Amino acid sequence: MDMQVKKKLGLKERYAHMTRGLDWETSYQPMDKVFPYVKYEGIKIHDWDKWEDPFRLTMDAYWKYQGEKEKKLYAIIDAFAQNNGHLGVTDARYINALKLFIQGVSPLEYMAHRGFAHVGRQFAGIGPRVACQMQAVDELRHAQTQIHTISNYNKYYNGFHNWRHWHDNVWYLSVPKSFFDDAMTAGPFEFMVAIGFSFEYVLTNLLFVPFMSGAAYNSDMSTVTFGFSAQSDEARHMTLGLEVIKFMLEQDPDNVPIVQRWIDKWFWRGTRVLSLVATMMDYMLPKRVMSWKEAWEIYAEQNGGALFNDLARYGIRPPKAFADACEAKDHLSHQLWGTLYNYGAATAIHTWMPGTEEMDWLSAKYPESFDKYYRPRFEFWAEEAKKGNRFYNKTLPMLCTTCQIPLLFTEPGDPTKICYRESDYNGDKYHFCSDHCKEIFDHEPEKYVQSWLPVHQIYQGHCFKPGTDPTAEGFDPLAAVIEYYGMNFGRDNLDFEGSEDQKNFETWRGEATRNA
Amino acid sequence: MSNVFIAFQVNEDTRPIIEAILEDNPGAVANESPAMVKIDAKDRLVVKRESIESRLGRRFDLQEIHVNLISLTGHIDEDDDQFTLSWNH
Repeated sequence: MDMQVKKKLGLKERYAHMTRGLDWETSYQPMDKVFPYVKYEGIKIHDWDKWEDPFRLTMDAYWKYQGEKEKKLYAIIDAFAQNNGHLGVTDARYINALKLFIQGVSPLEYMAHRGFAHVGRQFAGIGPRVACQMQAVDELRHAQTQIHTISNYNKYYNGFHNWRHWHDNVWYLSVPKSFFDDAMTAGPFEFMVAIGFSFEYVLTNLLFVPFMSGAAYNSDMSTVTFGFSAQSDEARHMTLGLEVIKFMLEQDPDNVPIVQRWIDKWFWRGTRVLSLVATMMDYMLPKRVMSWKEAWEIYAEQNGGALFNDLARYGIRPPKAFADACEAKDHLSHQLWGTLYNYGAATAIHTWMPGTEEMDWLSAKYPESFDKYYRPRFEFWAEEAKKGNRFYNKTLPMLCTTCQIPLLFTEPGDPTKICYRESDYNGDKYHFCSDHCKEIFDHEPEKYVQSWLPVHQIYQGHCFKPGTDPTAEGFDPLAAVIEYYGMNFGRDNLDFEGSEDQKNFETWRGEATRNA
Repeated sequence: MSNVFIAFQVNEDTRPIIEAILEDNPGAVANESPAMVKIDAKDRLVVKRESIESRLGRRFDLQEIHVNLISLTGHIDEDDDQFTLSWNH
């Protein structure tokens, strides 16, 4: 019998058949009780079926391609470990960028997994629910592959052994931690604007693209591979973020001002977190692909500019803080690196002053700012260190209640003056690094008065081991805090010059090229 | 006019994809960095299945680009024959 052969369905029809009509209206319980979080933020959705998936990736294709990515990654991780790849990196200072990565970024991947799993349950439409669940799986993969890859470095170098505890307690890591905690405790739509749009679409290129290319330039084959493997999922995540924004804006004009406020808030929160990435790019990569400023111009100014031009048709304008964030590109990495260097006794990374050639590179990349404001200071510190006076600041800094960064950034328009702002709420005073962080607090003070600020926690006695007596004669608070953090004083912290990492790397690399 | 871009890892899988894109999009510019290439184009960029297949000498599913994709920007329109990025509506 002849069969009537129908034309094969196109991708769009196939995808529609595979993914639509899987949802139903609940009858035993009202929908509002099944999806309790979708209305309280004020976002109005009239028709969840208007949701369009930008990538039409069905589950079978998803598993197939993710499986391929994993096979590629693990083949390289094995080869890297088998061939002592860690001795091939440019120099051991580079490894501190990986420490910052595992301490500060990988735990965020896990939080992103939790966040997307949560919103992937809470959205009342099947399209975004499935997309968020896929992203939740991706994010878990990222956390796992990063921990796996970087664990090889933990066999040889200090500063990798206790990152999970550090992420929850240490001062410079409360910056990324509080960023995600803030997003996770918002409603599902704000979470999507915070992470899906502002972080993934507008800012994630700044983290993964130039930094991973930098890892390649510094011969770290394993990090490049997990970085690009994670980033290959980001293209999907970014488009999901953009889709959520378009969907909300198209559903109801009342959504526009709510979304605008979230964009303003999360763009600024994101740029503050990325100041850590700026220091990685300008100071921690011995061989540099591009400066933070150049990356900012490509990915935030040009690419972000194109995006906000496009969103203008909905009545969305660029984030309020855009001009201030752009002005900061000349200063951000230098100011933060100076602070990390100062507080190098309380960091689980080594810090150092750049060499002469590196300072020349910074002068060339930052002609407006480096020689004028930062080079003289850095040369002075380097001189002092040479004379045996390496400076370690032992006074705890004042933190911004919103972004949790010490008050180290300068006034817009005046890079010689530290920016301080404050608000009063219920009889207490709160401090901020900028007008934008103050504004975020002032809009939701009930939320931010709960901030877990590492410096406050130390002063309140919450960061000492049980049995510590702060009233004892000769009590050294810094040493007690470092002990509570689980850092080994003199191994995990202090200057790179003279560190165990520096000595071991030199010795092992020497042994790798001759028979001892 | 705004730029769209697409970035790939540089390897043997992506060589024919990058070549195809540069041929199919006159005016597109490839910017190379260590281990990656970023292709910028004014307003619109298209990736065509047939162009890639003619270089590979085998069938190619456009979704295979996911394996080596690093980043992109613009609105996406995807079907069996081509994958388009644009800022047009």
